Order: sequence, then C-alpha cells, then structure tokens
Amino acid sequence: MARILVVDDSASMRQMVSFTLKGDGHDVVEAGDGVEALACAKADSFNAVITDVNMPNMDGITLTKELRGLPNYRFIPILTLTTEASTEKKMAGKAAGATGWLVKPFNPDQLLATVKKVLG
Amino acid sequence: MSQFHEAFFEESFEGLEIMESELLDLDIGEGDVEIINTIFRAAHSIKGGAGTFGFMNVSEFTHVMETLLDEMRDGSRDVTQFAVDSLLQSVDVLRTMLEAARDKADVDEEMVASRYAVLEGILKGEEAGAAAAPVATAATPEIEASAPASAGGASGWVIDFAPHPDLLMAGNDPVRMFRALSELGELSVDVDLEKLQPLTELTPEDLYLAWTITLTGDAAQADIQEVFEWVEDECDLTITPLSGEQPVSEPVVSVPVVEPAPAPAPAAPAPKAAPAKAAKPKAKKPAEAASIRVGIDKVDEIINLVGELVITQSMLDQAGEDLESLAESSPSQEGEAGKANAEILLRLSKGLAQLERNTRELQEGVMRIRMLPISFVFSRMPRLVHDLSSKLSKQIELVVSGEETELDKTVMENIGDPMVHLVRNALDHGIETPDIRAAAGKPETGTLNLNAFHQGGNIVIEIKDDGAGINKEKVLAKAVEKGVVAPDDVLTDDEINNLIFAPGFSTADVVSDVSGRGVGMDVVKTSITSLGGSVSVTSEEGKGSVFTIRLPLTLAILDGQLVTVGNESYVIPLITIIESLQVDRQNINQVAGKAEVYKLREHYIPIIRAREVFGLKDDKRDLHESLMVVVEVDGAPAGIVVDDLQGQQQVVIKSLETNYRKVETMSGATILGDGTVALIWDVNGMVNVHRKKLNRGAVKA
Amino acid sequence: MSTEAPANNDIITGDKSHEDQYLTFLLGEEEYGVDILRVQEIRGWDSVTTIPNAPPFIKGVINLRGTIVSILDLRERFGIESVEYNDLTVVVVLRVKSDEGDKERIMGVVVDAVSEVYHIGENDLKDAPDLGYAINMNYMKGMATIDDKMVIVLDIDHLMSLKDIDELEKSGQGLIEE
Repeated sequence: MARILVVDDSASMRQMVSFTLKGDGHDVVEAGDGVEALACAKADSFNAVITDVNMPNMDGITLTKELRGLPNYRFIPILTLTTEASTEKKMAGKAAGATGWLVKPFNPDQLLATVKKVLG
Repeated sequence: MSQFHEAFFEESFEGLEIMESELLDLDIGEGDVEIINTIFRAAHSIKGGAGTFGFMNVSEFTHVMETLLDEMRDGSRDVTQFAVDSLLQSVDVLRTMLEAARDKADVDEEMVASRYAVLEGILKGEEAGAAAAPVATAATPEIEASAPASAGGASGWVIDFAPHPDLLMAGNDPVRMFRALSELGELSVDVDLEKLQPLTELTPEDLYLAWTITLTGDAAQADIQEVFEWVEDECDLTITPLSGEQPVSEPVVSVPVVEPAPAPAPAAPAPKAAPAKAAKPKAKKPAEAASIRVGIDKVDEIINLVGELVITQSMLDQAGEDLESLAESSPSQEGEAGKANAEILLRLSKGLAQLERNTRELQEGVMRIRMLPISFVFSRMPRLVHDLSSKLSKQIELVVSGEETELDKTVMENIGDPMVHLVRNALDHGIETPDIRAAAGKPETGTLNLNAFHQGGNIVIEIKDDGAGINKEKVLAKAVEKGVVAPDDVLTDDEINNLIFAPGFSTADVVSDVSGRGVGMDVVKTSITSLGGSVSVTSEEGKGSVFTIRLPLTLAILDGQLVTVGNESYVIPLITIIESLQVDRQNINQVAGKAEVYKLREHYIPIIRAREVFGLKDDKRDLHESLMVVVEVDGAPAGIVVDDLQGQQQVVIKSLETNYRKVETMSGATILGDGTVALIWDVNGMVNVHRKKLNRGAVKA
Repeated sequence: MSTEAPANNDIITGDKSHEDQYLTFLLGEEEYGVDILRVQEIRGWDSVTTIPNAPPFIKGVINLRGTIVSILDLRERFGIESVEYNDLTVVVVLRVKSDEGDKERIMGVVVDAVSEVYHIGENDLKDAPDLGYAINMNYMKGMATIDDKMVIVLDIDHLMSLKDIDELEKSGQGLIEE
C-alpha cells in the first residue's frame, strides 16, 4: 500500500485520518504544520500528501506550493482538507498545485475512496 | 470514531483558553491581526473537529464566531468592545457545549440560542462595519448550480474531454478519471492525437492528448461532472446526452488557467496573514515550544519503574552498609586478604554512591516530565478578576509572579478550583469597595498578589490581598457558636484566623453567589490536604490577608519521618510534622479524667498514644521522656506519642487500596531498603480514630 | 499427561487446558481446593507488616515484587484453631475478583501446606451439605471426592471479599477493644 503524509494542526483530526488510512493498509506519517511537513517530505518519500489548509507556521496552500517545488513531489497527489464548500478555498489549493480536495466533515469511507481514487 | 473524541475535547478546551486569553489581550479599535488570526484559527479548528466528530451544534455555533473573526482579521469589521465581550461570553457558552458533549449531558438550549442571536446580530450590522466576506454557507457547489441534472441522456453521454497541457502538473491523471467513469457505465474511448508533438519536441510533463468518451448506461450527469471535479479549470469539458439533444455547456465557473505556471490565488479574501505566519504567539503558553504529546499512562508507567529502581537501589545501599559493618567486625582484615577485601568494599561503596546519585537524578528528571508551570492555573485568574471586579464594582489589580514555577500535572489539575475559590473570597470579602478604601486612606484600587515558588520539596502558592483582613471577633464568635472551640479556649491570633477552615464555617452574612453556595473554606482545605498539601492564613485587620498553600512537588514520592510503634516501622509525612520532642511529665495534664493534653509553650495540645490508636497494649502509663511527634491536623496541632524515632527519608508511595482496601489511619504504604513494607500515616485518620475511641471509652482514662 | 478422560491425579505439566483444575491445600486435617487459574504463585511464609485495627483474619501486608499485597489467615477466617507458622507454612497468592466484578485484587492466603492439582469436572462437584458452624456457605463452590478423600472446593471471590470488614466497621466492631 502507499506511504501517506497527513498534515493537520488538530491532533484529533490527524489521529482520525491516520487511523482510517492505516486501517486500509497504508503507512502514515503525521505532521502538525507546514514546516514540519516539508521537513518530513524532504527527509522521506511519500506517495500522497493530505493536508489541512489552516495551520500555524505554514499553511496548507503554501505547503502545496513548496512541495511542488521539490523534484520528487511534482506529480504526486496532494489533497487539501477544506471546511467549506466554497470555491475560493478549493481554487486556492488548485492554484497552488494541489491535485484535489476533500471537504470536511467527511466520513472515513469518503476519505478512503478519495485516497484510492487518487493513488490509482 | 469515539476513540478520537478525547483528543478532540482536550484540543478544543485548550483552544478555548487560547481564544479567551487572546481576546483579553485584544486592543479595541485596531485589532492586532496576528492575535485575531490566532483566535480565528482556534475557532476554525474547533469547528472542523466538531463537524467531523458529529457535534453539529458546536460546529454551527463556532461557525458564527468564526465568521465574525474572519471579518475582523481581513479588516472589514472593527474590533469593538461589544464584539469582544460577546465573543468572550460565547467562549463560555462554547465551553459549556463542549462539556455537555463530552459528558453526554444536556445543554441549556435557550442560552445557546440567545448567545447565537447576539453574534448574528453583530454580523448583520447591529454595529458599524458591514460584512464583506461571503459567508461560506451561501456558496453551493458550482457543479450542481449550473447544469440541470437531466435525468435524460437516456442511454448515456458523450464526453469531450480536452485537458490542458498542464493537467498532469497537479498530480491528476486521466487514467483515474477513465477508471472512475468505467464504474458509471460502459465506456468506449476515442483519442485525439491532434496536438501530439514529435518525440524530439515533447515536453514530457505536458499532456497533448484529448479524448472523446462514450459512456452508455444510466449514469447521472452530476456523477460524471464529479469525476472531473478537480480538473474543471484545467480542461475543456463538454458533456452531451447520447440522444444528441441539448449540449450542456461547461459548468466551469472560474477563470481557465492558460499558462502552466500556477497562478496566484484568485482575489478572494484568503487569509493574508496566514502564509506569512512565522511569528510566534506570545510566550504565555510555553507548550508552543517543540513538544510531543505523550499519554499520561506512559509517563506514569515510567515513573513507576523509576520508583521501583529507587527501592532496589535503596536495598542495595542497605546491603552495602550491612556488608561494611560485617567486614569491619570480621577478623580477616589483616594482610593481603584483608587489603583485597577492603579494596573491593571501597569499590562497592563508591559504585553504590554513584548509583544513588544516578537514581536520584533519574528520579528527579522523570518527575519533571509530569511537571508543568503553574501558569496554566494562574492564567484563569485575569479573566476571573476582570469579571468579578466589574460585577462587584471594585477596582482590583492583579499582580502575578512565579508563574513559571512548576508542579505535578495532576496536582495542578486539582489545585485550580481551590485557588479560584480563594481568589473569589479575597475579591468578595477581602478587598473593599473604592469608597471604603478611600475612607480608610488606602488607594482605591486594591491589589491581589499571586505568587508561587519552590521551598524545600514543595511548591508554595501565596494569595495576598490588601483588603480588610479577617475579622477575628466575628470568626471567634462563630466558632464558639458552632462548637468548634470552647468558650474559654485561649487561642492565638493565627489560630483564630485559621478557624475559617473548620468544617461548616461561613462568616458571610449573606452567602454571596460570588463565593458560591455551600462551598466553604473547609472544602478548599480538604481538597488541598487530599493532595498531600496544607493551607493556612495570616491576616491583619485593616491591612489584608495572605493565604498560603503548600503542596508536594509530586504525588508519588514523599519525604517522611520513620518512627517505630510496637515493633513495626511507620512513615509520617514530613509536611504534616511541626516538630518532635521528648515528653516532660510536668507538662502533661488530664482533662475531664479521660483525655490527656500536653502543654506546648503557650497552649495545650491533645496527646494521642499511637499504640492505643493501633489497639496495641500500652504498658507505659508514664510518658515521661517518651518521644512525641507534633503534627498539624485541621490547623490544630496534636502530639502523637511513638516508641522511637528513626531517620528521615524519601519514600516511594505505594497503594494500599489497590489490593486491599482503604485503611482509616493509613494513607498508603512504602517499601523500605530492607524490602519490608512500612505503612504511611494519615494523620487526619489517626486523630479521627483516636477521637472515636475516646468517645467510646475504649481508651484508658 | 491427561487426555479427555477425567483423570484424577493430574499434576500440571503443560496440559493444554487448565479448566477444571484445582490446586488443593491443607488446613489441619481438611483439604481445600481453589481454581488453578486463580493461583498466581506460591511462596513460603515470610514476615508481614501488620495493619492497625484490621480483623484478626487479616495478617497484614507483604511486598510482592513491588506491589503491596494483603495476606489472609484462613484458619482465622474459618474459625479453626490457629497454629504457629513454620518452614512448611505456605502462602498461596490468588487473583481475586472484586465485589463489583470489574477489578482484580491480588491477595494471599496462609495455609499449612500445598497438596496436589486435581481435575474436578462439573459433574464431580457436588453441593456441600450445610456444615452449620464451620464455614459460611458462600465460601464454598461444592465438594468432591478424590481417592476417597473429601476436597472442599472454595469460591475465592466470596471467601476473599472484604465486604464483611466494611460491615464490621459500620457496626463499630472493626476497632479492636482493649
């Protein structure tokens, strides 16, 4: 299965997403903000990144831009987690290079289905 | 799902604290964007989590707060006093809602609704500052908005899919889309190679293909659009029903991106401050530093293991000492053999000394893991003082010092409420109203000092006010009335003041709802003693009072005095001991023929014979030259007679209750260096049992 | 090695199932049995630390590898005459379920000597006749006959329940009179 980086400053969200993904057989690494996530990404290699948008130190949009600047992460799926079904947030993510998005609140099945879709 | 609830609640309560303290910090008018952002993010997190974990009422309520905060941070709304106060009150409501969710209890719906209405009112412009940013709920997913989801396309659809060259850049892949489509019906695909470049001129990352896809089946158009949802603006998409009728136009709303370079975010009120947010929030919460969340049970396990290590090391120490004395008294100390032995012993004792040092340092280090600065508790106070002083129409300045002083996490969690009560008491009964103060020649603004520091193995917390002090006459009168003291008892000023901690005591003529109904100083005292600590007060009428709380730094370890009673060793917590002395029979008096009292300097303290309390035979009628340990129980001293005094040492507290049950005279047990068990006294329990036996006449007169 | 047939004198040697296996011990002339699954270990008698004002059948507490464990004297519990402890005296350490059934307590009982391990199937366990004086009926699960011997099978949880100490204390008798 895949190696996925999960980024969210809310530990409970991270735990829930991690748990769900691990339950489906994926490997998960967690990070609490964009800075941590970028460091993890550089030090490791992931098949996909799932990131919240609103985070301290470096938000998800900036993180996405930064990741796309790294040679290993130019084409891997990056999903943003947004809490509104509003266009701007989604488009901001896309503009930064994200593959797609997931709208919170979502249930574990939706998460898994989207991840599956994106990992091919 | 519910296994994550605990983490969510923990985070959310922390978030609420951040919101509250930042709101208190916020300047009216030009709010500091950083601060507003911090508050916004906290609210946003709570909203997100609440929605995910199913607490919809919390999510909705927080959403309104978030919207308000969003407007403030993008400058479209001023930071007014009214808004800040409303938000502060909303934080309280939110806290109540979260507690209800956590405890599976009911919430006062009316209160929530009215608070919600106030916030909405602000948004609608009951204040100046029109709301500029679009509220999220207004937006509906564009996909559904434009294209009428025709149930037709009777037998299927024709999809013209022409991706822009940069579609692959964001990690999207047409193959996945085809796969998804194949789940909706039967596919047949034609590829359009028109744009394909010769191999030598290809940019590998660009996409040069386009496709026409025929999807037969009864898929809904919305489902097809969902497949392409993410790449809307990176392709040209046309979906036509198979029967060839109305070609549906692109539901794409945003500007199609033409160049491969990622365009900057469209001019939406994206959080400007957020990307640049490298600034650290105020150093109020030291927990912002690099840290790891560790479950308390893991920490406790390590503490237990270290406790075991301490016991083992102590046993080795003991054995080492025994070996040394054995060697000293042995005849084989002469000559070569003797020298070799001496050398081995020396090495052994050096090693043991080092082990003792290492163990002690390890223990201290491990205890520190559970230690947190008392600022976590002190931080509740500014808000409390702020609210209370306005409620009571008093002017009060809060001065805090020593907030970085650390104490055990569990102790801290339990000391909060007693401290709040003492602070309320100081504000309610202690500090006077401005006019009374002025009349007394005091500054109109009263001062409340909170101070914390380490002393010995304890943390000392002082709550000092420059108010009216304790009215000794009133207190004494009440104490006599309640039978706490006898009418002709002679008490020092300090003793009178400390009477306020006696059970059932309340000197307020009206039990004000500020200090709470029925929660008296005796409850405060009980809470503190149950943590192994003590509380006392000194006061001067007209000048003010100082409440002093003493707490052990850790709950697992105790500084104890070893004593012998019968042929067992016991441990008395040092924190309860005032002094130890040798009895002089001249100072012993009998009262009413039954109880014995001892004249200790100015006054009389009850004599408790430990042997009697334990039901052992007490041959010694005459206590002359016996050893007595004077302890403090409920603010009053008592002398407990023991057989012998041994040394003082630090012991690891073991539970007696786990495998046995609660014993009235003992608070726990410990394992001594020789491996035997010694029980730890509960001096309160000792006094109680003594009193019971006295009353039943079981104790010899 | 036992098979399915209810053999009588099994010594535990890695039998795959310890169900229905009982450790028996002696108190005077009588032989008592306890569910082997509840036995944590067997120790020789060593000194205890007494607990003030505890009923006489509570001898005190010992240090069991860092945990404080209380020790009961079954002779006192059963009202049989006491004997002096010697080198053969044994402490059987048991896992006891608390009254609410949710917690487990480790407690030890002092016995004269440990005897055997027997298999006692459900059918072998007969209801005990009311012995009247000697033992509270709650303490017994039943009786079995093995090799012409009578073994009294004990109900650990009731036997070791400390509820009666609570009751003693309430009625004011918990404290020892001089």
